[in-house]
Amino acid sequence: MITQHLADAGAQNPLLPSWPEFIIGTVVFAIVFGVLGKILLPRITKTLEERENAIEGGITRADEAQAEAQRVLEQYRAQLDDARHEAARIRAEAGEQGAAIIAEMRERAQAEARRITESAQAQIESERQAALQSLRSEVGSLAVELASRIVGESLADTARQGRMVDRFLSDLEGQAAGAGAPAGAGRSGASRSGAGQPGAGR
Amino acid sequence: MTGDLAAAAGGCHIFSGCGYPAPGLQNFDFKPLFTIGSFSFTKPMLVAVLVAVVVIAFFWIAFAKPKMIPGKTQSLAELALVQVRDQILRPALGKRGDTYLQLIFPMFFFIFLMNLMELIPLFQFPAMSRIGFVWPLVLIVYGLYWYLGFKAKGFFGYFKGMIPSGVPAFILIILIPVEVLKYLIVQPFTLGVRLFANMFAGHLLLTIFMIATWYMMSLSIGLLFAAGSLFMVFFVFLLELLVDLLQAFIFTTLTATYIADSLETAH
Repeated sequence: MITQHLADAGAQNPLLPSWPEFIIGTVVFAIVFGVLGKILLPRITKTLEERENAIEGGITRADEAQAEAQRVLEQYRAQLDDARHEAARIRAEAGEQGAAIIAEMRERAQAEARRITESAQAQIESERQAALQSLRSEVGSLAVELASRIVGESLADTARQGRMVDRFLSDLEGQAAGAGAPAGAGRSGASRSGAGQPGAGR
Repeated sequence: MTGDLAAAAGGCHIFSGCGYPAPGLQNFDFKPLFTIGSFSFTKPMLVAVLVAVVVIAFFWIAFAKPKMIPGKTQSLAELALVQVRDQILRPALGKRGDTYLQLIFPMFFFIFLMNLMELIPLFQFPAMSRIGFVWPLVLIVYGLYWYLGFKAKGFFGYFKGMIPSGVPAFILIILIPVEVLKYLIVQPFTLGVRLFANMFAGHLLLTIFMIATWYMMSLSIGLLFAAGSLFMVFFVFLLELLVDLLQAFIFTTLTATYIADSLETAH
């Protein structure tokens, strides 16, 4: 009966294509391939990639921002540490410098004090010398005049005058050296005035 | 509908004295819808053209102006495309095979809809059960398969690559013809016939149970058998839904596998 049906339908081997169908199938698939594969697929692929990039880009940007924030934080921490160290260093330096300045100032003040003392001593010495000088000449002339008046004889002879004055002063100095301290000067002055009675009495 | 069935049954009914009109090859031959000269436009051709129009229209609406934030149609189409890419193409070819998506992607949806026409009312015919629509696809796949193989390994290197190394000479005498036969005839033949036969058988099954339902329907015990047959129609309908998808999947998966096979330098 099947063979009868086959004969009735005039059916061919179902594995052999009918050529009009083959051609239509080829053309139709070529069109589908052309539109879907060649026109639409590149467009949607591009969009998919763009979307993926946008999402990945967002994630990447977020990661970058986080890394940047982390980096800046570390930088700040490092800077803070540096600043702390710097401050400590400056403080230590300032302490050292202060000590040095104080020491220098003290040194300078001492030197100044020494200088002033020395110059004062030198001045005192020179004034003492000057006073001694003038005293020597004045006392000499006064004593000579006094003596010449008392003795009545001219002591004009300068050589003799000089000797006399020198002897007199030597005595004075010897007394002064024997008295020593300035407290004893008054006493020696008193004894001297006692010794120089004729001059004082006048 | 009933008229169609009656026509398919050849006007036979259980009590009209003739036997069950088993469907056969004649159910796959159609009278031309119109004829231009010697060219006859038949129902399978109409189905093929409609499928092409539907596939192109859908993906054109979805992908012609793709947006970064997709609408409903674009989302659905993207989902389908990404599924084809991730489930069919990439397992075989990996990311480097994305170039071949331009073949696999149209091929999958073309075959799937051609198959699905089996279940769409008014058409109810899988165009892929006409092998004239299958062989062009097989030829395209094998054209590409051989082209890539020759390009990757050279013409002679390609044939050399068919022969496994480290096999004794006397086995090679058997192995070489088998391998050559496998690559040149068996693989393309089975690739095409698998798709064709599945669709052919599916359509035949549906037809058998539909005609049987109609044939046995009467106010008698036959009504029970008719109900059983109708249940089988629904069952086979669901089964065919699966088979339609599966065959499109298998055809494209094998295509991807063959392409990967061609691209591999060492066999």
